[in-house]
Formats: sequence, structure tokens, C-alpha cells
Amino acid sequence: MSDMEQSQKVGAENSTMPKRTPLYFLQLAFVRLGVLPFLLLLAVIIFTAASDNFLTGRNLLNVVRQSSYLTLVAVGQMFALLTGGFDLSVGTIIALTSVVGATAMAAAYAAMPDAILLSILIGLIAGITAGALIGAVNGIGVAIFNVSPFMMTLGMASVGFGIALYLTGGTPVYGMPQEFGDAIGFGNFFGLPAPVVVAVILIIALYVLVNWTRLGRYFYAVGGNLKAARLSGISTRMTLFLAYLLCGTVAAVSGMLLTARLDTGEANIGAAMPLESIAACVIAGVSLRGGVGRLENVVLGALFIGLVQNGMNLARVESYFQTVVIGVLLIIAVIADQARLKMMANLKD
Amino acid sequence: MTSRSSLSSASSVSSETEDAVLFDLQRIGKRFPGVDALKDVSFQLRAGEVHVLFGENGAGKSTLISMLAGVHQPTSGSIRFRGQEVELASVHHARSLGISAVFQEFSLVDQLTVEQNLFLGAEHTKSLFLSRKKLHEEAVAILNRLGFTLNPRQKVAYLSRAEQQMVEIAKAFRSDLSVLILDEPTASLTERETDRLFELIAHVKSEGVGVIYITHRMAEIKRIGDRITVLRDGAFIDTVDAKTSTEDGLVTLMTGRVIDKIFPSIQFSPTEVSLDIQNLSTADGGVKGVSLQVKRGEIIGLAGLVGSGKSRLIRACFGLEDISAGTVIFEGEDVTGCSMHNMLEKGFFYNPPDRRAEGLVMMRSCRENMVLPSLELSEFNKYGLLRRREESRKAQALAEQLQLQPLRIERQVEHFSGGNQQKVLLAKCLTRDVKLYVFDEPTVGVDVGTRTEIYKFIAELCNEGAAIILISSDLPEVLHMSHRLYVMHRGLMQAELVGDDINQESVLAEFFEKEVA
Repeated sequence: MSDMEQSQKVGAENSTMPKRTPLYFLQLAFVRLGVLPFLLLLAVIIFTAASDNFLTGRNLLNVVRQSSYLTLVAVGQMFALLTGGFDLSVGTIIALTSVVGATAMAAAYAAMPDAILLSILIGLIAGITAGALIGAVNGIGVAIFNVSPFMMTLGMASVGFGIALYLTGGTPVYGMPQEFGDAIGFGNFFGLPAPVVVAVILIIALYVLVNWTRLGRYFYAVGGNLKAARLSGISTRMTLFLAYLLCGTVAAVSGMLLTARLDTGEANIGAAMPLESIAACVIAGVSLRGGVGRLENVVLGALFIGLVQNGMNLARVESYFQTVVIGVLLIIAVIADQARLKMMANLKD
Repeated sequence: MTSRSSLSSASSVSSETEDAVLFDLQRIGKRFPGVDALKDVSFQLRAGEVHVLFGENGAGKSTLISMLAGVHQPTSGSIRFRGQEVELASVHHARSLGISAVFQEFSLVDQLTVEQNLFLGAEHTKSLFLSRKKLHEEAVAILNRLGFTLNPRQKVAYLSRAEQQMVEIAKAFRSDLSVLILDEPTASLTERETDRLFELIAHVKSEGVGVIYITHRMAEIKRIGDRITVLRDGAFIDTVDAKTSTEDGLVTLMTGRVIDKIFPSIQFSPTEVSLDIQNLSTADGGVKGVSLQVKRGEIIGLAGLVGSGKSRLIRACFGLEDISAGTVIFEGEDVTGCSMHNMLEKGFFYNPPDRRAEGLVMMRSCRENMVLPSLELSEFNKYGLLRRREESRKAQALAEQLQLQPLRIERQVEHFSGGNQQKVLLAKCLTRDVKLYVFDEPTVGVDVGTRTEIYKFIAELCNEGAAIILISSDLPEVLHMSHRLYVMHRGLMQAELVGDDINQESVLAEFFEKEVA
């Protein structure tokens, strides 16, 4: 009897009387935790075997730093997904933020070379405002004009990208103060890389928002059942608008962190972000139909993608092929989630 | 044409054996997760008869026909079709045997034309390509035979509901027909269209087709019915001859349970007016100049057929429908056109009829669902943060009060049975201060035990001095629970009944369409 048949047989027995076999507990863990812990474990085992440098403290800290940009975007993406939509313009938001922020900062620095801190601040505000604005337009389209999130954010992705290219003529923006890159791109706070610190602070704030405030609860309710939320007196339009605004703003912060790391304003960054951020959420069990998802799992999901990319780099997998792997992982995660739902029906209680 | 030849063959069968049995169902049962929708139902359909299925909402009529049409499969019992045991695996399979159903929910593709819809899934092809000409010709032939004046090249999206219904019926005639199932087909038809449909039914009857017909209208049963099978709470009650049965007899069969035990006794002590609706009309024309008053300490019933506007009237007051004329005065304040959020704040709570579509967030926990309308209250909110401990405490208390089974407030709502989901829905209105409760079909798809608990729950609210509106298509429910009873018909207020006038005869006279002589 093949393994497959065996597992099916055990599954059939379980549906009538749950047997306490190891396989049963494995199934239970799968249903409870989702596919992510299994994928993580698998990735760690494979990459540890493939490269001696993988499972070292320095490398893992490196993974965390590299992943902090994606983690932020994925957490923002989660808000859009919770309400039953998604945001395909996060890549554009990063690009536009980078270009606008860098241009403003360089201009301010050129005008007042002594006020370094002030020009950095001006740049940050300008960049993040530009990104948040895209989010706000997305929100208005989806919440008020009932444009499908797919079309709205896809359209804005084109609009934002066009603006970013127009502003720069396609060339990188130079001229930001050296201190910006040194502090936020490469610097350390409390012994941790600056982007990690920023990400951790934001993630804690958003964790509180999503789990301990009315607005957070409303995201789940609106995504789970829009009509029921409306009948419960919730302003569904405001909730939808804020979801996209938040998503855009968080992506914009990530965009400024990336700009600091690159030391230039680039219109061509973030192209992979929409896919990778949605992948991180879906692998973490966020439902594409809305209403289901946990922030802490999304953070793990983004770290997982970072881990896989890092592992593949160490194992010298070609970068073009890495894109293939990410796509495949995303699809596997969705299939596994379907299987999980079926299993859940069998193992109920 | 294929349909014509099959019809003639069907009629030859019926002439050979006078009472040929098309369907023979033995002890059919259907279990959905958590509910027995149908238990041990036996049913026979003869060729050339109109067999009416009669029963309350949730009695199992729809479940029964969905199994005959191949939508669902029975979990027990056997179906014999023309003497042979069959398993109707899919709608397609049932169609291939000549069994066609017209459901209340249409299965039309809005963006396709009438003729494309007629032959959807059975397109005529010339090798690889669609044969458009033949499609058009056959569509015209079917529509002409049925006497439907429809343009076959019109997109379905632009048709009225009645016209869409005609397309849906015409679809059943596109191929071999031996059983025609109609689920409340006249609900949206005009008198003329109804007459036309009945002629059609008489015609297919004479050709030996067996018709299963679901309706709530007494007049129709008398006009076209041959036999009537009554279902109640998923169980078979009786099959009777339509010619010899009386209206009263049928209603007793339909509702006949020990009603005194199900409904609590309520002491009505009406005080001041809570809600006063004056000449209200909605923008979509579903409600036309309706007035209504509710006092504190009384339950008013709002009865009428589906689509009579009874639900729309109250939804308009709550801010769910656009008001075109009239005023709504709630607790002495003009609230015409207020938002739902404002209405909730003022103490107007509307409990929707369809818990899946409008009532509950199915994939979230009971706790989250229960307190959802009240999160803004300081009880659950401090310094902008949720007080989750208070939330759990409240949800736990409500779950115990309503005897939620199982008593687990963190469980997702979708994993509870229908009756318990309904309890979660009811719990929502107990989380805040409410002056007027509206219950829209509060016992749809709920078993008798839970029903009794829900009635007790409503009675207690009334005894505590709240104003209550009970909207229901369930006749015994409004008869026994109401202090005053309003009956609506086609958007108009048909009658207001008080005290002894609230009885079966007087309500039925307004509730069902009066017989057209």
C-alpha cells in the first residue's frame, strides 16, 4: 500500500473516530497552525544542509534586516486583504516615495547645507506623504466609487509609476545628505540595524491597532461580511478607505527605508513587492476572501520569504530561478490551505 | 425538434398505462451539517398530474425539489424514476432524464442574450463552431410555442424579473421534458402572465409531463393542483386530493402542532408611541404610502407574502433603503433618512432575516459577532483601546442566557447549527440599550425547540417594556405573537387587525391573494 493510500485510510478512520496516531497529531497541527511552520522547518533543514554559513547568527540577523522592507509592506498588504481586497500598487508606492523623498531631501539639502536634520525630515515627510496619497486615492476609489480593488490598485500602479519616471526622467536621484544613508540605511540602534528597529516599532503599533482597537476589529468585520458590518452600524466606507490609506502609508515608510539603504531615489525599485507581499500574507494564512488573518503570522510569512531568498543566494541558485521558486511556493501555499480547510471539516473539534 | 418528439413519446406512455408513475421516492432523508433538512419523506409523482408541495418556510420543500433536480443528493432513502432506481448526480444528469427545475433563484447569465441563455451548456455546433442560425431558429420556435413575447437577441440583464422567469421556464422546454419542477413561479408574474403559465401547465399535463409545483397561494392550488403533499419541519405529513381538501384543512396540516406550548403568553401593556411611520414610500416603489405605529410594551406583527414590502418598509426606516416620501418619527424625533449608525445610537435595532448574508460574520467568533454593534460604547472601549476582558465577560453571559450550544464563545459562528447561529444574531441586540427591536423572519430555518426559546426571548423583551416589530411570512408566528397585526400586499398596507380579529381566516383573506373568480 502506498503512503498516499495509507494516509487516506487513516483520514477516513479519523472522520468516524479520531485515532491518536502520530499522523493524527500531525494533521491536527497542520489544521491549527497552517502550512507556514512546516515550510519554515523544511527551508531551514534544506538550506542548512546546502550551506555552512546559513545557520549562523550573523546570517540570520542579515536575513531579518533584508526582510524588514518586505515585512512592512506585507503587514500593510494584510489590511487590504482583511477587508477582502488587495493592493497591487505597493511597488509603485515604494518607487514614488523613493523618488519624491529623495528629490525633496536633495533640494532641501542643496538650499540649506547646514540643516541636515531638517532636510532629512523634509524628505521623509514628502516621500511618505506621496506614498500615503496613492493609498488614499486607492481608498477613495474602492470605498466611495466601488471600483474593484484589482482595477483600482492596478490603475494607480500605472499612474504612480508614470509619475515617478516623469519626475526623474528614469535616472536615479542623487544629492541626499550622506548622514541619511549612514543612519537609516546602514546604522544601528540598540545594537540592531536601523530598518529592523523601525519595522519592529511599526509592527508593534499595528499589532495593537489590529487586535486592540475598534478599527482593527472593523477591518475583520467588513472583510468577513460587508452587509453585516453595515447593519451593525459600522461605516464600511471609512473602514475600507483607512485600510488602503494604512497600506499605502506603511509601504511608503518601507520605501524611505529602502531609499536610505540605496542612497539614491529610484523609480525602478519595488516591482516584485505586490507579488511578494501578497505571497507572504497568503502563506501566513490570510484569506483572499477577507476577514481572516493574523499579523504575527504575516511577519513570519515575510521572514520566510526572506529566508528562502537568502538561502538560495547562499546555495548559489541563480537569481532568475529564485523568482520561479517564490511563485511556486505561493501556489503550493494556496493549495495547502485548501487541503487544510477540507481537513478542518473532517477533524472538527 | 427534439422536445416535441419527446413530448409525444411521453404522452404515448401515459396512454398505455393510465397512472404511470414518474417519480417514486421512498423514505428520502437529507442531512446538512447540523440539521436534518428532510426525514423519511415518501413522495410519488404520476405522469400528467400537477402535484403541489405545501408547507411553511423551512418545511423542506426546497430541499426535496433540489434533490429531484440533481442539485443535492439524498443521504438516505431511494429515488425511482420511471420504475428504475436512479442517483441524480448533477443538474446535467437530471436534465438528460428530462427533469427540469425552475428555481426562485435564477440561473441566467446576465450578459448573454435570451437565446444564448436558452441553450447554455447545450449549444448547437457545426464541427467546432457555434451554429448561430440554428440556435436562433430553435429559440424562436420554443418562445413561440410557449407564447412568450420575448426578443431572443435581447440581453437578459435588460429584462424584467417576470421576463427573466419566462426565459428560465423556456429553458426547461429546450429538450426532452418529462418532469417540470416550478418553485413559486407566479411570485413575480402579472395576472396575464400567470394565466399564460397555467395554460402552459395544462398543455404539458395533457402531454403526460408530471409537474411538481410549490406555492403558498391557496387560489392556485385549487386552480391547477391535482394532489397535494404537505411537509412540516422536514417530515412528510400527508398526501391529499386537491379537489376534496379545504383551505382550513390544509393550513391545519401545514402548521398543526401543539401551538399553545410553542408560544408564550404575553401581557401587552402599550404605553407611549415609539415609532410612527407616516405615508412612507421608498424610492424603488416597493413601499407606497404606508403608515404604521408601534407603542412601547407591545409587539406588532407585519405579515405579507415575499415581496409585499413588509421588510422593505422597516429597512427604509433603519436607513437601508432610500425614502422618496413620508416621515419617520422615532421616540418623538424626526429621523427620516438617518444613517444606520445614528438609528442604532437612538435605540432602533434591526435584526436582518438572512443571517448568512446580512447578519453574521461567519468566519469570526461568537464573541466578536455579539459585541460588533456595540464596540463604540465605553463599556467595551477605554482610551481608544478595546476592553477585551469586558467583551468576553459580556459574550459569555449572553451565551449562557440564550443557552448557546456548545457554550464556546471563541468558536467560529459558521461551525454552529442554524438555530445556534440565530441565537448569536439575537444576542447582538442585547449588547446595547435598545428601545425598539425589529425581528425580520427571526425563526427561518430554525427547529421547533429553538423557535420556542426565541419566542420566549421576544416576549420577555416586550414584558420589560420595549417596542417590538415582528416581520414574518410564518402565519402562526405572527398570529400568536402579535398584539396588533398589519398585513401588507404589493407595497400597500392592506389591513390592520386588533384583538379577536387576529385569526387565521381574517389574515388569510388578506395574506393570500383573493380568489379571482
